[in-house]
Amino acid sequence: MPLGFLAYQSLETGNVDLVYSFTWAWGNYSSAIRDYSPQFVRSLEYAGLATSIALVVSYPVAYWIAFRGGRWKNLLLLFIVAPFFVTYLIRTLAWQTILSDHGFVVQTLQHLHVLGSSGRLLATGTAVVAGITYNFLPFMALPLYVSLEQVDPRLIEAAEDLYASKLHAFLRVTLPLSLPGVVAGTLLTFIPAAGDFINAQLLGGPDNHMIGNVIESKFLELTDYPAAASMSFVLMAAILVFVVVYSRVVGSEQLTGTAA
Amino acid sequence: MTDRISRRVFLRRAAASGSILTVPGLLAACGGGGGGGGGGTTSNQLAKTLHFSNWPAYMDLIKKSGTFPSLVEFQKKYGVHVDYIQDINDNAGFFGKIQGQLSRGESIGRDIIVLTDNDRYLGLTLRKGWAEKLDKSAIPNIKNLVDVQKHPSFDPHRDYTLPWQSGMTGIAYNDKLTAPVLSVDDLLENPKLKGKVTCLNSMGDALTCVMLANGDDPTNVTDKGFTAAFNRIKKAAQNHQIRAFTGNDYLPPLVKGDLAAAMSWSGDIAQIGNDHLHWNVPKDGGALWTDNMLIPKGGNVYTASVYMNYVYDPKVQGEMEAGDPKKDITGIYYIPPVKGAGTWAAKVNPAVAKNTLIFPTDQMLSSVKIFDSAALNNEKYLTEWNNLISG
Repeated sequence: MPLGFLAYQSLETGNVDLVYSFTWAWGNYSSAIRDYSPQFVRSLEYAGLATSIALVVSYPVAYWIAFRGGRWKNLLLLFIVAPFFVTYLIRTLAWQTILSDHGFVVQTLQHLHVLGSSGRLLATGTAVVAGITYNFLPFMALPLYVSLEQVDPRLIEAAEDLYASKLHAFLRVTLPLSLPGVVAGTLLTFIPAAGDFINAQLLGGPDNHMIGNVIESKFLELTDYPAAASMSFVLMAAILVFVVVYSRVVGSEQLTGTAA
Repeated sequence: MTDRISRRVFLRRAAASGSILTVPGLLAACGGGGGGGGGGTTSNQLAKTLHFSNWPAYMDLIKKSGTFPSLVEFQKKYGVHVDYIQDINDNAGFFGKIQGQLSRGESIGRDIIVLTDNDRYLGLTLRKGWAEKLDKSAIPNIKNLVDVQKHPSFDPHRDYTLPWQSGMTGIAYNDKLTAPVLSVDDLLENPKLKGKVTCLNSMGDALTCVMLANGDDPTNVTDKGFTAAFNRIKKAAQNHQIRAFTGNDYLPPLVKGDLAAAMSWSGDIAQIGNDHLHWNVPKDGGALWTDNMLIPKGGNVYTASVYMNYVYDPKVQGEMEAGDPKKDITGIYYIPPVKGAGTWAAKVNPAVAKNTLIFPTDQMLSSVKIFDSAALNNEKYLTEWNNLISG
């Protein structure tokens, strides 16, 4: 229902001052793409980066909890989830403090000459990507954990008995078996991340806004519902394309992985 | 001002105390109120209940008991209970909530609502004919309205609206980080402040300050004046002088020192009471915004008008503004629109009466301007502005 209404709205013309009327205004779509392509690209770029970082960070953690956690498993999982009992907004605001110009992080990086003496993190793309990564980390870590936890340790033992090195056993056995978790985690992280606007608003500067920010301002500030609705559909289509391509690529890798 | 609620949350929780984990405060502040039934009559009969929607933290208050002394007093005097609902968190959002019913000609169950004149929705509500005419015969105290508020462009004779409170838009700076920042030129172009300043994301506020600095008239916006101010802000954003476009969220970084200066609302700085933060009207002038009471269609005109008359009594207004430290009453601490309120405020709380952010000097008041309401509804301006602030 909401989607159908949104589709209808995306083809309307008019504004809040006059009245909206349905006119098959496909132009809404072309102008959405034409005027806001930098934000679309930036959204996919930030979401992709954040997803990759979340994967790289979460995988070892999930692996360690699944295989070495022992009786602490549940407690360790709680540590991953605990920050998420606090509202999204507040969590993101906390990063404003952590990344502040006079904060520990920035000063350390300046000390190490990673950042110039007048460099900063807040109001940069780095801060936005970091915020997204942090906020969506559990969506990556939990599916990974579930799929790793289900890997039968005897299979790894068997591989090692058959003279596979630890690395080979991981690459040939553990990794392929955990791929469903990787796919699920990636999609659960990437899809909402691409539409996020809170991180860009609170941690980014004027150059770092994502398509979510544009849609938000079109909806709430400009009450330009048709433009906002059509942008939402363009974003949806972009994500859909990504998901299809991604599952094709990963799916075929998985096949060759098991066949080899 | 669009996000007052988060602004106050920031103010009270994050900035003042340095602590950020106050979910209950945020949730409590976000809670809306249910609707009652508006009267829709125009007789000279007072209703039993007045349904009044306002912004949060915008009424004199005894914190301990959660009561509003001036509303209790009103009930004593007129026998009308005020159903006071703090459910307006931003103009666009509230307008979105009420526009459906109003456009169908239904009552929204409110007798008074409060909208801001630096956003398009106040003018829009009036133009659509969704406000009842005030019963001025019941408001003799309208004579106490301050001069600067008498003839706003959206309601030239104050037939439909009366100011609730006002605030000024100017420049705030942190004296630990910078020499005084007293002009828009300094804010937008001083290389020493590069990346250390923010600009408000509210078009009316930002353009008023910059247009005045350009020597243009923000009360009557022309394409030329708009473009000049717009391009100046755009240039400052593109060369990274402006770090971000903000609502109230400039406050925590300004307190912490990530920002040296910011385009800022006077009420924020008045409430925060930080010795290192200073607020001033820019050299070439600043903006004046006002939250306006109006009676939505179907509201009880007479009862609402009697209430407006009550708050336009200088004594009542002065006490609402100043609070009373002895009785543990917190005041409103914005700028009252009622002549003579200062005299009464001084009797209960001299510190408030002396604060020029709450009772500005005549010189300050003469240098702040109200942004052109037609420009606020100009789709071209709005689209360009929103494209700028959403990068």
